[in-house]
Amino acid sequence: MDKIPILRMGAFLLVSIQVDLYDRLALNLEADLVQMVNKTSAKGVLIDISAVSIVDSFMGRIIGNIASMSKILDAQTVVVGMQPAVAITLIELGLPLKGVHTALDMEKGMRLLRSMIDDPEEDADEDQTIDDSITE
Amino acid sequence: MTLSLSKDTIKVSKEQDVVFLKNRVKETAVKIKMGLVNQTRLLTACSELVRNMMRYADGGMCLIEIVSSGRNNGVRLTFTDKGPGIPDIVAAMRDGFSTGKSLGLGLPGTKRLVNEFDIKSKVGEGTVVTILKWANG
Repeated sequence: MDKIPILRMGAFLLVSIQVDLYDRLALNLEADLVQMVNKTSAKGVLIDISAVSIVDSFMGRIIGNIASMSKILDAQTVVVGMQPAVAITLIELGLPLKGVHTALDMEKGMRLLRSMIDDPEEDADEDQTIDDSITE
Repeated sequence: MTLSLSKDTIKVSKEQDVVFLKNRVKETAVKIKMGLVNQTRLLTACSELVRNMMRYADGGMCLIEIVSSGRNNGVRLTFTDKGPGIPDIVAAMRDGFSTGKSLGLGLPGTKRLVNEFDIKSKVGEGTVVTILKWANG
């Protein structure tokens, strides 16, 4: 049985989907991911779909579900790396993926996630720099 | 006039067959030099229809054809199942209508993705859905 790995990085969970999803695999990912959000109290989920060439209504629904489920568990979801052809198909299919945050690549996705959750460490750093500039 | 150049029938009864079918459709689309966006549209449409066939009719057959009309080539897929049939096709073709638990985008969405779409169904006998996607356009 295939399994899509979920990696933990600080307060985030990273998922990179490298195979074309079939229904069972997508459903398992949904369940695993929500479990992991709960277990690790993650603040953000980043899903990389740059290797996925087809997203049909079922997969679209799963992505939407993951985002809404994570949201009520206090985690934000960002989908990154969607292929242009997939974006065209999703809209023509009638699935605008409302409520799902997207970014063009992993780096931008990370930045978006960081800006969405108020990372206390980062805030502390910022305060520090402001203090420094004042003392200087 | 539309000519059929090659024919290939694939039986779909298990989830693994779905993957095999999608690969075959992709190969066929690549063979006639279909553009990437149209390939994606065709494969997504195929994915929707094959799911319907698996969910409601427990599998069926898919005929893959390369068709030609003048200078344009295309791929035609015919999905035939012996499932329960669709009592109200007009309702089934409406966005948001579903007798299952899905979003109800499958059939109307598929129609928007392809160039030609035809559905015939008889309650108790089964359903035949035919789609055609031209390589260009």
